[in-house]
Amino acid sequence: MYVAVKGGERAIDNAHGWLAEERRGDRAVPELTIPQIREQMTLAVNRVMAEGSLYDPDLAALAIKQARGDLIEAIFLIRAYRTTLPRLAGSRPVDTAAMAVDRRISATFKDLPGGQVLGPTFDYTHRLLDFALMAEAEPPTPLPSPRGGGEVPGAAAGQEAPPSPLVEEGWGGGPPRVPHVTGFLNRDGLIEAAPSSGATPPDLTRAPMELPADRALRLQALARGDEGFLLGLAYSTQRGYGRTHAFVGELRIGRVAVEVEIPELGFAVEIGEIELTECETVNQFKGSKTEPPQFTRGYGLVMGQSERKAIAMSLVDRALRWQDLGEDFTGAPAQDEEFVLMHCDNIQATGFLEHIKLPHYVDFQAELELVRRLRAEAETMPEAAE
Amino acid sequence: MTEQLDAGAYNFAYLDEQTKRMIRRAILKAIAVPGYQVPFASREMPMPYGWGTGGVQVTAACLVPEDRLKVIDQGADDTTNAVSIRRFFQRTAGVATTEATAEATVIQTRHRIPETPLKAGQILVYQVPIPEPLRFLEPRETETRKMHALEEYGLMHVKLYEDIARHGQIATSYAYPVRVEGRYVMDPSPIPKFDNPKLGNNPAIQLFGAGREQRIYALPPWSRVESLDFDDHPFRPSKAPHRCDLCGAGHSYLDEVITDDAGGRMFVCSDTDFCAGRRARGHRGRLAAEASAPPPHPSPTRGEGGAPSDGLAQGGAALASPPPRGEGLGAGGAGPEGTA
Repeated sequence: MYVAVKGGERAIDNAHGWLAEERRGDRAVPELTIPQIREQMTLAVNRVMAEGSLYDPDLAALAIKQARGDLIEAIFLIRAYRTTLPRLAGSRPVDTAAMAVDRRISATFKDLPGGQVLGPTFDYTHRLLDFALMAEAEPPTPLPSPRGGGEVPGAAAGQEAPPSPLVEEGWGGGPPRVPHVTGFLNRDGLIEAAPSSGATPPDLTRAPMELPADRALRLQALARGDEGFLLGLAYSTQRGYGRTHAFVGELRIGRVAVEVEIPELGFAVEIGEIELTECETVNQFKGSKTEPPQFTRGYGLVMGQSERKAIAMSLVDRALRWQDLGEDFTGAPAQDEEFVLMHCDNIQATGFLEHIKLPHYVDFQAELELVRRLRAEAETMPEAAE
Repeated sequence: MTEQLDAGAYNFAYLDEQTKRMIRRAILKAIAVPGYQVPFASREMPMPYGWGTGGVQVTAACLVPEDRLKVIDQGADDTTNAVSIRRFFQRTAGVATTEATAEATVIQTRHRIPETPLKAGQILVYQVPIPEPLRFLEPRETETRKMHALEEYGLMHVKLYEDIARHGQIATSYAYPVRVEGRYVMDPSPIPKFDNPKLGNNPAIQLFGAGREQRIYALPPWSRVESLDFDDHPFRPSKAPHRCDLCGAGHSYLDEVITDDAGGRMFVCSDTDFCAGRRARGHRGRLAAEASAPPPHPSPTRGEGGAPSDGLAQGGAALASPPPRGEGLGAGGAGPEGTA
């Protein structure tokens, strides 16, 4: 009997053919289009853009379609594509205070300049299945969406922003600015200052991760880290594993302009806009050996509308800052920089996890020999063992 | 889904030249400091981390159009992942490929060193899952880097000593740690320790790529490589105490194959090219006559995983057929609706 696992090539072709067929599903059902996914599976598209680290809703929608809705697989497709793209320029830091907000809430102040804007949120919906959607009838539009739903240029979106009764203060003509809550606290010295270092942040997609990492690198890793992993870690801090007691100082979702400095021109040019979710937490802090009592910060910034991820990120960011603030390391996973950073990337994790599907019979054979030898020795020396 | 790769759409061997330059610099540094793990900015590749992305990047950085590439996994050229990686380079680099060890200029391998001795001018590229030999003794990278810097390998010797105290021998059968040029302790990747003696004094260049862990390391030709041991417990390479049932070789590493559910088994060379070459030269093993029959064996997609299960053992013929629905659909080609 001869055995040598021939036929790998044909098996792979057949498997891929079958996969393509499964992806399409029942051909009696119309095929999904990329615009449908982009417009109606927006939050999935957002997650793929965020963890794929590539802001392109159409490509993210394509990846979701190709991956049969497996978001980690879609993220993988985007990452593999992204890495082949040339770097043309680095943008200037985006100004989130100039964000055209769709949503902006603060859990720490009842009212504040810029107002509380609920925006398109699942919060306060009752999680009841809406069978009207199943009937595939367009439900009557209750209110016109403030943004109009389409691609609205930044300035126009600003003008059309929801007329909350609370917005007068920040919105008086000109480019709308919504000041940050942490800025108000900062004025009173109640929260730690976060001055810009002016340093160019490292790029973890172009340089190997070096530990210990600075905060910019940590935030970068967290921004593309797995939402589920960060959610679990953040939750663990809430339950006492590295507790930081966070308040959501502010959560905002909206569009910001991306500007690129053109060396030949000597000034920055707006090249487009992207949707971001930003979360700043204000954390209780009783002071340490090195720092006075004051509020401290956790920060989360995620591409697209990804609220859960942004909040989780800011909690984990804060937990990782124990060293900067002279706090104690309690051994909590969320405080452990190497643990968090080396395991938050779902593309690395899923690849390594699933690689155990690959053949390992050489190693297994070596283990078989070893176990047999050890057993044989144990059997020949029963006395010695006693 | 390598189907989408259009020869024209990507650079030669997939990676852009800047990335290749970065990797080549890491390789040069690795060769200059044998056994030292050089961090490099590993890229996302179109195959998953843990499936050979490190090896693929090193191979991509080494390949030139004149090269002839061989890819093996578990010693075999036709295991699924070897097929997939070979196809990737056929598609993106258009280089010639071969299954003959002697004809290859670049060999990418997972878990084996070919039996046929390598020659000067050849490059052997290893896929490495965990490059750090101290990782399972100390999980922190910050610590292990320090230990290497200080040449502090006591922990490893204690581990080996404890093995001997507990089991009477060193209970590591693959990924057996080595010391390079009397300096760095190195993980030779999960090759069986049978292969360890081939690491040293080898005329070929040996490069190790760990993509997910972002490390490259190397053994320049003729490096001194010692498998860790003790004077009273010298290192012993081991293999199954049998001959190959196909080619009769008594000195090659063997895979054990379960042939029925009554304890029947056979042993065959894990290096398929070596075994086929011997048979072509007229060598015959115990079951060689039967071997000429068509191979009634499960396809690798089903058989992979190493530990043969009951299902596989129960009479091969029925199981040998490909998955029921896969067959017909295969005619449509891979990814008929491919987007490229």
